[in-house]
Amino acid sequence: MRDVYVLGVGMIKFGRYPDKDVPQLGADAALLALKDAGLMVKDIELLVCGNLFQSSSMNAQRILQQIGQTGIPALNVTNACATGSTAFREAYVGVASGMYDITMCVGVEQMGKMGLLGGGARSGGESVEGVLGSGLMPAVFGQAGVEHIRKYGTTFEQFAKVSVKNHKHSVHNPLSQYQVEVSLDDVVKGRMVAYPNTLYMCCPTGDGAAAAILVSADKMKQFTTKPVKVACSVLTSDPWTDRDLTMPDVNTLTRNAAKQAYEKAGLGPKDLDLVELHDCFATAELLHYENLGLCGEGEAGRMIDEGRTTIGGEIPVNASGGLLSKGHPLGATGVANIYEVVTHLRGQAGARQVEGAKVGMAHVIGLGSACTIHILTV
Amino acid sequence: MAAEGSSAGRKQRPIADMLHLPSKPGEKAYLAGYRCTACGAAYIGEGRIGCSKCTTAGKIEQIKLSDRGTLYVYSIVHQSAPGIPVPYISAIVDLPEGVSIRCNLVDIEPDPAKITFGMPVEMVTRKVRERKEKNAEGVEEAVDIIAFFFRPSHN
Repeated sequence: MRDVYVLGVGMIKFGRYPDKDVPQLGADAALLALKDAGLMVKDIELLVCGNLFQSSSMNAQRILQQIGQTGIPALNVTNACATGSTAFREAYVGVASGMYDITMCVGVEQMGKMGLLGGGARSGGESVEGVLGSGLMPAVFGQAGVEHIRKYGTTFEQFAKVSVKNHKHSVHNPLSQYQVEVSLDDVVKGRMVAYPNTLYMCCPTGDGAAAAILVSADKMKQFTTKPVKVACSVLTSDPWTDRDLTMPDVNTLTRNAAKQAYEKAGLGPKDLDLVELHDCFATAELLHYENLGLCGEGEAGRMIDEGRTTIGGEIPVNASGGLLSKGHPLGATGVANIYEVVTHLRGQAGARQVEGAKVGMAHVIGLGSACTIHILTV
Repeated sequence: MAAEGSSAGRKQRPIADMLHLPSKPGEKAYLAGYRCTACGAAYIGEGRIGCSKCTTAGKIEQIKLSDRGTLYVYSIVHQSAPGIPVPYISAIVDLPEGVSIRCNLVDIEPDPAKITFGMPVEMVTRKVRERKEKNAEGVEEAVDIIAFFFRPSHN
């Protein structure tokens, strides 16, 4: 496999765009990435589009209808919340395999004010949601957090601190859906959605798009002197675990992905300067500190207490504001995480810059389940 | 397919196929699961072709699951879709067969201070709604939809 580099990234502010459609949002991000890379659409040899809710609408092709129908292979991927990062990985594989020299991925989603998310709530025509427990995401990630409470005595306040940190980070991210600080009191006393996650501990729904352009070493040298290398691209599915039919296991597949990622990149958690991880709910972030090896087993609560994952701390997590504040337009999220890491590695993150960042990780989970990890280096 | 039961002349139907209702007096409702005879892994759900743990195909048999287990974890749902009463406890219950069940935990206050990890729980069945349906003769009749719940067990 060949080395692969990120030459360009683009992202629109996450929020609500009722007057635009999915291809238009995707095209906006694609044009930003092309401009950032110094390329034209005719330079792109493969386009991969990640979108979840309109995945049968040929969005990659419709994006080309907006920015230039060059007749290149265009494909559409879906992988739950890991849709965008899977699109990035497909574009990566295109270059790594030697088949293409320049590929582009676009992650895009339009959710509007869609409510609680979840699946499989019917059985034989009868609705079972709220009768046979809850299959909606707030309860699923509530239970995952309660499992951590059971194992390690993690507290409600420790989970709540994740929301405080990520909202604080988002104040300095102009592309974040929300850019407002919240106090621990605001979070703890906020409306309970599904214990232990209150309103501010749940990511919002919204619209958004992000794009990235991937190139071979030869093309990289032709276009930039400041390359960002993709040190590894890992995708895992959920292996069999004891309770996976009733309680999605977000831990094991992340651990498997992290192990592979560190091996492939020849790096360890101590080498990371920043991490963008999948904080769809505040509970999830603490679980992933341990899953990604950022701290030892059962130490995640202490890690947030000590501020070790705040910008300026030992390993800043979700400098962008995370899904909790930046937003989580499903198909866009995985590419937006890459955008954030690249922005820091280039030293272009402004007031939220992680100083001297050389190695960054982007982690995404899609329930069902899929996990991607990408480590980028300069 | 789960058996249909009746009580006081009214037709009953389980909310999910895994719930088997009594077909005659003296029988108890039970949940059906599956077991891989090659490795022993237990499953819930319908239409299993092979074993996702050991990858053996075609060695799946149906088993009757215990109506008693222990509480693994839970969440207390305060916000849900329209029409669903809140708050309620969404729980994961471990059964002795090595499989877990997602259910509502009932007859206990939805308060973390009152809920103990590992507490013994038992299954109960209750009517949750009714449907008007035409029977084989084309006559409309009421059908009770029966669901299973788990509650603290004190013995």
